[in-house]
Amino acid sequence: MRVAKEVRDDRTVLSIQEDRIDAHNSGELKDLVLKTLEGGAQGVVIDLARVQFIDSSGLGALLSGYKNASLRSSGFALAGLQPRVRSMFELTRLHRVFDIYPSLQLALSA
Amino acid sequence: MCETIVNLDIVVPNQTRYLRLVGAIAEQLAKELDVKEDQRDTLAYHLNLALTEAVANAIQYSAPTDSNDTVRICLAVDDGYLSVRVFDHGGGFDLDAVPWTDLDELRERGRGIFFIRSVMDSVQYHKTESGNVLEMRKKIA
Repeated sequence: MRVAKEVRDDRTVLSIQEDRIDAHNSGELKDLVLKTLEGGAQGVVIDLARVQFIDSSGLGALLSGYKNASLRSSGFALAGLQPRVRSMFELTRLHRVFDIYPSLQLALSA
Repeated sequence: MCETIVNLDIVVPNQTRYLRLVGAIAEQLAKELDVKEDQRDTLAYHLNLALTEAVANAIQYSAPTDSNDTVRICLAVDDGYLSVRVFDHGGGFDLDAVPWTDLDELRERGRGIFFIRSVMDSVQYHKTESGNVLEMRKKIA
């Protein structure tokens, strides 16, 4: 999975460079988020602006990140959800669980 | 072959790298269907989602020792219904035993069948001479 990683202020931004998150690459995302948290990141923002499709395994990877961040008292936010992707969060009511921002800029300024 | 008026019969290796391809085929088929313009994109996404989840399940349940195993997908349009069948050669599972997902539980797995049930009108899973088949239908007209 292609992911651009950078530290902005005190948070680590993982910008997904793929248009799909599915069972083929969701495991990589899960591992990357976990390694980022284990590396001491105090907050993680996942920028999903380029993602046009997410399946159940992709949601599972993000939930894993959310739970691992919570265990470490780290922040975990999602940004830039496209309408189709957001609809998956709404269908599963996970939009009530995650901190979701319309854009990366808004996520970083929160 | 599918015994219907219009059909696509697709066989892919049981590897997750092909999920993108089958999803794209499903989307393109949906965009060719005679449905209302404002419903076309949603139908395309739902079909992509249902097929992605179904094929991922088929790969998961296929024989783990057979690297040459394949997943067969049959997409058909007939009499106002879109029918999707996904065949696997594994041990199968009991669809009726899969409960509706408790959305208040933050489990990392277990939403695939939920998505399929949510976006399709009917879902069945049964054994045939060609293997196990997950059959999904959706009214399109």
